[in-house]
Amino acid sequence: MSARVKWRRFVSNFMLTLTGLCALVSVSVLFLILGYLVFNGGTSINWAFLTQLPKPVGEAGGGMANAIVGSAKLLLAASLFGVPIGFLGGIYLAEFSGSAVASVVRYAADLLNGVPSIVIGIFAYSMVVLPFRHFSTFAGAFALGLMMIPITLRSTEEFLNGVPRYLREGAMALGASKWKTIASVVVPAAYRGILTAILLALARVAGETAPLLFTAFGNRFWSQGWEQPTASLPVMIFTYAVSPYEDWHRQAWAAGLVLLGLILIINILARTILSRGIAVPRS
Amino acid sequence: MKRIAVLVVGVLALGAIVWAQNGLLINGAGATFPYPIYSKWFDEYHKKYANIQFNYQSVGSGAGIKQTTEGTVDFGATDGPMNDDQLKAFQDKRGSTILHFPTVLGAAVPTYNVPGVTGALNFTPEALAGIFLGKITKWNDPAITGANKGVDLPANDIVVVHRSDGSGTTYIWTDYLSKVSDEWKSKVSKNTSVNWPVGLGGKGNEGVTGLIKQTPNSIGYVELIYAAQNNIPYGAVKNSSGNFVKADLAGVSAAAAGAAKEMPDDFRVSITNAPGKTAYPISSFTWLLIPQKFQDAGKRDAVKGFLKWMLADGQNYAEGLSYAKLPKEVVEKEKKAINSIQ
Amino acid sequence: MATSGTTLPNAGPVTGSRSFLSRLRDGDEIARLITLVFAATVVLITLLLVYELWTNSALARAKFGLHFFVTQVWDPVIDQYGALPFMYGTLVTSALALLIAVPLGIGAAIFLAELAPPRISDTLQFFIDLLAAVPSVIYGLLGVFIIVPLMRTVIFPGLNKPLGFMPFFKGPSYGVGFLTAGIVLAIMVIPYIISVSREVLLSVPRDQREAALALGSTRWESTWKVVVPFAKTGILGSVFLALARALGETMAVTMVIGNTPTISASLFSPGDSIASVIANQFTEATGDLYLQSLVALGLVLFLMTFILNGLARILIVLTTQKGSGVPT
Repeated sequence: MSARVKWRRFVSNFMLTLTGLCALVSVSVLFLILGYLVFNGGTSINWAFLTQLPKPVGEAGGGMANAIVGSAKLLLAASLFGVPIGFLGGIYLAEFSGSAVASVVRYAADLLNGVPSIVIGIFAYSMVVLPFRHFSTFAGAFALGLMMIPITLRSTEEFLNGVPRYLREGAMALGASKWKTIASVVVPAAYRGILTAILLALARVAGETAPLLFTAFGNRFWSQGWEQPTASLPVMIFTYAVSPYEDWHRQAWAAGLVLLGLILIINILARTILSRGIAVPRS
Repeated sequence: MKRIAVLVVGVLALGAIVWAQNGLLINGAGATFPYPIYSKWFDEYHKKYANIQFNYQSVGSGAGIKQTTEGTVDFGATDGPMNDDQLKAFQDKRGSTILHFPTVLGAAVPTYNVPGVTGALNFTPEALAGIFLGKITKWNDPAITGANKGVDLPANDIVVVHRSDGSGTTYIWTDYLSKVSDEWKSKVSKNTSVNWPVGLGGKGNEGVTGLIKQTPNSIGYVELIYAAQNNIPYGAVKNSSGNFVKADLAGVSAAAAGAAKEMPDDFRVSITNAPGKTAYPISSFTWLLIPQKFQDAGKRDAVKGFLKWMLADGQNYAEGLSYAKLPKEVVEKEKKAINSIQ
Repeated sequence: MATSGTTLPNAGPVTGSRSFLSRLRDGDEIARLITLVFAATVVLITLLLVYELWTNSALARAKFGLHFFVTQVWDPVIDQYGALPFMYGTLVTSALALLIAVPLGIGAAIFLAELAPPRISDTLQFFIDLLAAVPSVIYGLLGVFIIVPLMRTVIFPGLNKPLGFMPFFKGPSYGVGFLTAGIVLAIMVIPYIISVSREVLLSVPRDQREAALALGSTRWESTWKVVVPFAKTGILGSVFLALARALGETMAVTMVIGNTPTISASLFSPGDSIASVIANQFTEATGDLYLQSLVALGLVLFLMTFILNGLARILIVLTTQKGSGVPT
């Protein structure tokens, strides 16, 4: 073997090891993040944190109960707003539309998907907060719901299109009308993928902070109903992290752990559902 | 499908029941300067009247003025009084006037993080103006060492920290600097948000304090309680009589003494660089912005009730948090002004 | 693909000669209309968003015109606003992020696509996907408490002492600044580069690799000189996608960039980005011109991400189509 070949072999092994290192570094960042959150925030997640309201500035203790509930309300309302639009719009694209209309709708959805979240916040402020003249949970939900629409729409369309033709044709051959076919055969066959998409969309907006800054605003107390401003986990993390109080820092880590834990669980759940297969024919 | 729909409706209904309590929520936003005492007050008031909640968000005086003008919050708070243009804008947008109610007196202090320095440094007006203009760049500059004989100041670069958001504390600070430095007045002037010649930006008094704590060789301006609560040193400032005064309740009250007797009817007044041997030169009132007309009678009564409580029991909490009480004359004048809220 | 060609035996004549009302009684037509309304809503919302951005920035556009892009001043006292420092900050931090993330990301993608056995590749990809799900504010949290002190104590002295003569590495360092934001952004965009590049690399047909190996190249040579160039348009697309994400990032950047509208060559200087200044100043912009200037900044950001996203998708589609068996 010539020296040149030895050199090339060496370079090959070296570079490939390097790529392995790149992969290792990239993946280990995730574990570093989790590790830091658990280390710094784990001890702070106690019963008080989960059930109490924030205390006045500078006093130690208190919790983030209102932020946890606030985030839950925001996500619920956002789903109620964004998922039907995305889901039914996706059905239209997959089942009823011509290709020209479909391209327009798809393009609009992609555009909406790429809008930076702070710009969505500006939009929600001028559309909901100003006309109604107060910050509210539903303004925040509107902003978050907007962000869920494109993901839900594209995924619904994709998974509906993935349902095999024979299922549709079988139903129609038995005399079912088109909408009945869609409702009782096609959608159930694709439900796994669609559910996954909804969960992923939910996980994405659960951590969004910027759009909430001008819509849900913030609340030191329990937020009642849907028309009042509300605290939320991401905004609390932001507020507490940039403050000078050690106790608030502690709580920010704990909240970060709760938020990230929630998001990771939703993600893992979604991907596990998806991996079990898409168009499962009903037996 | 049906099951999911039933579930969703059920959860919503449950949510509406669980979370629809009977209380009254009044939203306010504004200055971070008085946030420690406001959060204490609103907490105590809620303990007294369990069905009234004042939700105050500490987002900066600029946002307080803006959101009150837009009507997205029920009241605002600022340490930089609204100027005539802003008053007019409120009148145009909301159809009534906006009233200023002083709540407490506070002090903006020069706070710093200099390695090896644990005590209070003395700052002359020229030194402060020079630092914030970016002309004095090192800690061992003669303008600083001249007033601090015996203190070992390092030859490190000064890191200036200011506010990144619209701030009444900025208003107080720049108001003072405009009075003591012609160069500052022409170059930067006074406002809640200015074009800073140098420095890093922190969000809120909280953010500035946080930055100073973490950044060696830094200097910034924060409300007294933020420096005190976080154990960072703050300096004494030379007042108009030539004495170096460290901010405390006596110094702030002395600064307000003259204004108390000549308080204008709309309560908008500046007490920076006030005369008086013991006056602290960077003191200020801080105000609640209350619309004169309320649509909601319930909210109006709650606000009036709170204001009355604030002028009486509320004042007793001030000194514990290093804010000075309002002078008696101002309290009396305010009590009369409350009656004009409809 | 729409199945609009299929009709049912009892649905009436194929040609649309039925009146609208009689078609309406047909359940299918109602379903079509309902779903059409929702699909149309999506388009409507998007149009409305662009319209709002456009009209709510009218004052600023009228007053400043194209000068907005080159003015450095941002002064609410004299009501003068310019986008330059924020565009600079946005672009510099994103460029730094890509400088760090692209080599790492492509390297990792090569490993996952070419070397790792499928199960390991899939498992690692799973973790990378989870990394993409971490929200911005948590990166901000880590940035403030871990990277900022690291920058001050380790990275700045490490770079400034040997390289301080270059304008890029001049001090002083505050901990926060362009480089800190760039590092945080890099961590945030790596997953996008890895996932898309991996997919693109996997779609390169086997015969390309095998041909190179048959001719005697090493694994690395076949990867680097044959497979990667084949997929390079798609990889470039992934970079554009990552860039589009970095440009719009708000929270993580605003917590570590220093929030001062400064233009400086030094990487350690504090600065500001478009998204960050909007987040900080939007709720308090008193005065119409001030507020509309902020919305104008939002419009600028929107346009930047819009163009990049469009380019990215074109590039990715081009590559994956190329890989599906079209002979070159």
